[in-house]
Amino acid sequence: MLELIFSDYTFRIVALGTILLGIASGLLSSFVTLNKQALVGDALSHAALPGIVLVFMIIKVKNLELLLLGALFFGLIAIGLTNIIKKYSKVKFDSSLALVLSSFFGFGLVLMTIIQKTPTASQAGLNNFIFGQASTMLPHDVYLMLSISILVILLIILFWKELKLFVFNPEFSQALGFNNKYISLLFSGLIVLTVIIGLESVGVILISSLLVAPGVSARQWTNRLSIMVVLSGLFGAISGFFGTIISAISPKMPTGAIIVIVLSVITILSILFGSKRGIIWRQIKNKINNHKIIAYQWLNNSEINSLPIEALQFLTKKNYLAIQNNEYVLTNEGRKLIDYYKEAQE
Amino acid sequence: MNPGLEVQIIAILVSLCCSLLGVFLVLKKQAMLSDAISHTILLGIVLGFFVVHNINSFLLIFGAALVGILTVFLTDALTKTRIISSDSAIGIISPLLFSIGLVLISQFASNVHLDMDSVLLGELAFAPFDRLVLFGIDFGAKSIYVMLLILILNITFIIIFYKELKLSTFDQSLAVILGFSPILINYLFMGLVSITAVSAFNAVGSILVISLMVGPPITAYLITEDLKKMLIIAGGIGIVNAVVGFQVASLFDISIAGTISTVTGVVFLMTLLVSPKHGVIMTLINRAKQKRIYILHALLFHLYNHEDTQIESEEASLKTICEHLNWTNKQLDKILNYAQKNGYVIMKDGLIKLTECGRRYTIQEYQSLIESI
Repeated sequence: MLELIFSDYTFRIVALGTILLGIASGLLSSFVTLNKQALVGDALSHAALPGIVLVFMIIKVKNLELLLLGALFFGLIAIGLTNIIKKYSKVKFDSSLALVLSSFFGFGLVLMTIIQKTPTASQAGLNNFIFGQASTMLPHDVYLMLSISILVILLIILFWKELKLFVFNPEFSQALGFNNKYISLLFSGLIVLTVIIGLESVGVILISSLLVAPGVSARQWTNRLSIMVVLSGLFGAISGFFGTIISAISPKMPTGAIIVIVLSVITILSILFGSKRGIIWRQIKNKINNHKIIAYQWLNNSEINSLPIEALQFLTKKNYLAIQNNEYVLTNEGRKLIDYYKEAQE
Repeated sequence: MNPGLEVQIIAILVSLCCSLLGVFLVLKKQAMLSDAISHTILLGIVLGFFVVHNINSFLLIFGAALVGILTVFLTDALTKTRIISSDSAIGIISPLLFSIGLVLISQFASNVHLDMDSVLLGELAFAPFDRLVLFGIDFGAKSIYVMLLILILNITFIIIFYKELKLSTFDQSLAVILGFSPILINYLFMGLVSITAVSAFNAVGSILVISLMVGPPITAYLITEDLKKMLIIAGGIGIVNAVVGFQVASLFDISIAGTISTVTGVVFLMTLLVSPKHGVIMTLINRAKQKRIYILHALLFHLYNHEDTQIESEEASLKTICEHLNWTNKQLDKILNYAQKNGYVIMKDGLIKLTECGRRYTIQEYQSLIESI
């Protein structure tokens, strides 16, 4: 069964496409989540609709590159609008995002109904941009995805330093003489590029997940940006690949939805078990720390032998105390613990 | 009733329902939750369908409301771990639940007419086809009665729990101290948002729901800061948007839902532009005014400082003052014109001299500046 699928031409094309998309959006999602712009992808993917429809109305054929150019244009306008709203009013960022996305999308719908009325043009396939249809991907689309993904990756590498500064400390970046306006524009441009190559395969609604979940997952495993970016790219690629396999094995499964579900499973596992911030790991660490603090408070007492017997038993079990000549004495472990906390207190 | 009028009434009712709830949603900084809920209730509709096996059943609304509350609960739970921010939580939960809904449809309900297009995009023009017929009498479009019911429900809820809503929106900690449960109120509220969203998007599609829930309230927010006034203004703007949107749409025969949300966006932007308190135009005018006064003060203080000193000829001469204050000639001309027109300075032998009135004004401004420090 699997062999059959791997040798299948369509599968290879689709899988390649979704993996590339996963990598590009995964890499970017690290910056997106760190910059607290998780919902920008969602807004942009909706806002791009009028761009696509408008270009289609003008050129009357489905030329992917030009349609995406329209999407890019309207995506940037949407970002500009939210920035203007932020600058000139006290309206919260998420409210302005919600408004911009719904009005742009509504405008796109209006344009769609206009197209439907013109008898010559067939708008067939434009719906794919809204809901995504990975199975209709053509080699031509994959080449486009390949080139855009490479562009995204190259830009991230090239502007690594600037993006890093911008995400963590925009004021410092400005003070050092970087122009935050340009970096912000670059950042938005990257998001828009990724969103529009995702539109065709996973659709407007699900692309936002690809721009958030990999970054959140990767964040649970590391405190280093470079590792986080690589990990999130990897998570994106994995979910693209397995999502495509699962939807290929069972008929009628929507590829985009499966990709998102695989990605969400990775995210949930990361949040639970992640080695840096995961919930379970953190609780274990908390428990160990609690033990240590209690042990320290007991040990810091000068009269070790006057401690209650339960405490002595506990400390011996934890190897902080040992029995010598019927007396409890500090072990090396115990001494280390006291030194550590004393230092920390100072 | 003719269908056009019915559609208009539905649009107005939906608009009112959404705007009123939206006020609290926006003030709670949870506007994007409306986006999340409007997507995830697809799952609720699908699950409800599995239970009752009837796509037109009233019970689907409750399924949707439950999933709406589940969405809020899950995002809250994720945010509370303090591992991820609330917007990331929405960005993860909403697509996940939506995807599960999509998969369920594709696997078990593909023969049902649960069309993605109609759920998301909605078509208000079709709403009158669904009639309420009792005892063989046609009472009009069903959506009118459903939305009227929801509107009454929403208004009753807001009136009864006005105090609690207000407290839990603005000061959660105070609400807890005073013995209210902001969490309970929040879930009740979110349940209502979900019910409103699902019944509304049966008629108008989910994107319009977001637009109506967020658009009128933030437009009202530009105009007032009083909660009661904001509710009334938001309702009013909602009605205006619905009427204008529907009329424009029927004029050009285009998507009604799309036109209303476009109009909503345009109305917000116009308000942002011309709003008397915080509008873009007023802000720009105020900034220009402040800039001019600042420059004027700089000039007057400079003149006053060097008045009747030996270096006055050097400091206050037309030729050198630009260099001393680091201005261009154009800037100087502009501000000199303004100062002369107001009688603060006069020109004498190529020197800029303070008039008596100018001197008094300068001293007064200087003192108020010092006092404010």
